[in-house]
Amino acid sequence: MLLEIKNLHASINGNEILKGIDLKVDFGEVHAIMGPNGSGKSTLASILAGREDYEITEGEIWYNGKNLLELAPEDRAREGLFLAFQYPVEIPGVSNTNLLKTAVNEIRKYRGEEELDAIEFLQLLKEKSKLVNLDEKFLSRSVNEGFSGGEKKRNEIFQMAVLNPKLAILDETDSGLDIDALRIVANGVNTLRSNENAIVVVTHYQRLLNYIIPDYVHVLYQGKIVKSGSKELALELEEKGYDWIKNQTEEVSA
Amino acid sequence: MNKMNFKEIALNNFLEFERNLNGEKDLPIHSFRKKSFEYFNTLDLPTIKNEEWKYTNVSFLNNEYFKISNQKLDFSFDHIQKFLFDNLEHSLITLVNGFFNKNLSKLLDIPKGVEIISLAEALKLNHPIVEKYLGKISDNKDNFFTSLNTSFINDGVFIYIPDGKIIEDPIHIIFYQNSIQENNLVQPRNLFFIGKNSQVSIIEHYVSDTDTKYFTNSVTEIFVDENGILDHIRLQEESLQAVHIGRMDVNQERYSNFSSHLISTGAKFSRNEFNTRFIGQGGESTLNGLFMIDGEQLFDAHTLIDHAQPNCNSHEHYKGILQGNSRGVFNGKVMVRPDAQKTNAFQENNTILLSESATMNSKPQLEIFADDVKCSHGATVGKLNEEAMFYLKTRGIGQEAATAMLIHAFASDVITSIKIEALRDYLEKIITRKFN
Repeated sequence: MLLEIKNLHASINGNEILKGIDLKVDFGEVHAIMGPNGSGKSTLASILAGREDYEITEGEIWYNGKNLLELAPEDRAREGLFLAFQYPVEIPGVSNTNLLKTAVNEIRKYRGEEELDAIEFLQLLKEKSKLVNLDEKFLSRSVNEGFSGGEKKRNEIFQMAVLNPKLAILDETDSGLDIDALRIVANGVNTLRSNENAIVVVTHYQRLLNYIIPDYVHVLYQGKIVKSGSKELALELEEKGYDWIKNQTEEVSA
Repeated sequence: MNKMNFKEIALNNFLEFERNLNGEKDLPIHSFRKKSFEYFNTLDLPTIKNEEWKYTNVSFLNNEYFKISNQKLDFSFDHIQKFLFDNLEHSLITLVNGFFNKNLSKLLDIPKGVEIISLAEALKLNHPIVEKYLGKISDNKDNFFTSLNTSFINDGVFIYIPDGKIIEDPIHIIFYQNSIQENNLVQPRNLFFIGKNSQVSIIEHYVSDTDTKYFTNSVTEIFVDENGILDHIRLQEESLQAVHIGRMDVNQERYSNFSSHLISTGAKFSRNEFNTRFIGQGGESTLNGLFMIDGEQLFDAHTLIDHAQPNCNSHEHYKGILQGNSRGVFNGKVMVRPDAQKTNAFQENNTILLSESATMNSKPQLEIFADDVKCSHGATVGKLNEEAMFYLKTRGIGQEAATAMLIHAFASDVITSIKIEALRDYLEKIITRKFN
């Protein structure tokens, strides 16, 4: 098992956002986590990546045999976890190349591998930038600075391709993308998909799942996974809307 | 020995200085010094009650016996080597403990008519430019430390660029401090004259490879004539026990372009007073700065941009990175006088505090007496961007490397505005040494 979340409860400023999440993700699988706004999707993604704003009040997260909650964010990344940000951060003065070179070498150092030499590294960048149609001139530009929304999301997938994670979490990577950008992003993700990794797609809309076909779909509502199923569940949600889930959940609790 | 205060010590120094002058006492420059010393004696060591010294306390100088020395030491080139910029084919001037050192200096491809000599030599020659400008651009008025420097004028660098000369390679001046005498007082005096339509880059580089206590009190006077261009860089890497007080005044004739970069990492105490004055229309002035301090260091930048003429532009951007218990002061005044219509003046100061106990006092001052002008100023004091830090960590980059990256990024706009590539590389290495 690559990822196992057991009864995860998390709060911020005393407000409980996640109220008992259970989720298992194995190698080779693609999971979609869907849900209405405010259901806790992005909180879950942030906690997995190691954002410290949240307090874990109950539960455990096991990642590839390790207690994830005991790992610093950088060590999670070095262990092969990757978060594609919903709002990628602009870092003026740090070039994309510099970020990735430092990242790749820090990860290799952690794993006891030799640093890549400049030529090998440049070849890697060139090869992976093609995957998301990212022009090479982006490499020397500052990270996300002045990028359009679509460029930022493509840049996230480009970073994912270079870092080659075991577990990739895509947090609303589809939001704000036009259909062409969506196809490019999805195509990139599909190319990276393999039996040696897993992908968790966090999304509000079903649209992205036409291009990245999930093995499992989970519906998150009010901090809990209230429904799980196959890819057909996403279609059903699209058709019936989130009110269908809301009504069902309220009936159960009534 | 009774405890003497700084002024009494200065008197002892002056008497000894005079004794060592021998025959040179009769030169006109000496009556100039004596007049300056008389004026110096009417002033007092500034206290924090003085608005210009509010955040910078120099009372510690009363507890130190700083002493001038006339010893001219020679060092091998090895001592200088590490302060050179790789691959830079430039003219090099070295002053050792304030004295011009011919063995450690070399001049390359200097166009005819250009003079790059020691101030001592220029004084002996009664050079007309020295007579006309020395002490006129940086005057003593109300300035304790400038008056002290002027009273002891003896050596430094004199650069005279006549009209219409372009000097391709930068002139690198190393002020190397390494004295056997403890508490050495070093007071270089420099005068740079850039003629009409001429262009040059000058680097004033204050260095030491010791960790001794000494006091550098330097004054640099600059005149940029009509349409002249001066790219000036001041790089301060003094001993971490040193006291460094540096003043620079620039008079800019019409359509001249003056650009200044102050990069400061050294000295326990450093105070920088930079004043630029537009004395003709259409001038352009840039004052950029980057200071990186740690431990018990204090850095103070006092700047004045005097828009005395219309149609001039000034840009000022100072950035600081503070660690430990260090303290930073930025006091940037922009004066727009009544005649200075169509002035553009922009000023900004950004500081990053990397520790809880570092402090920064930032005081931008705009004084505007003209009505058709564009002026702005701003100041920020903060920490490294936490969102950016988290983002880098999620890419596998650890705390240290991420901090170093964000510091390089913060400093990058000041560094990239320096035109000399080899110097940019040298500065990047300083940052890497400090933060990686």
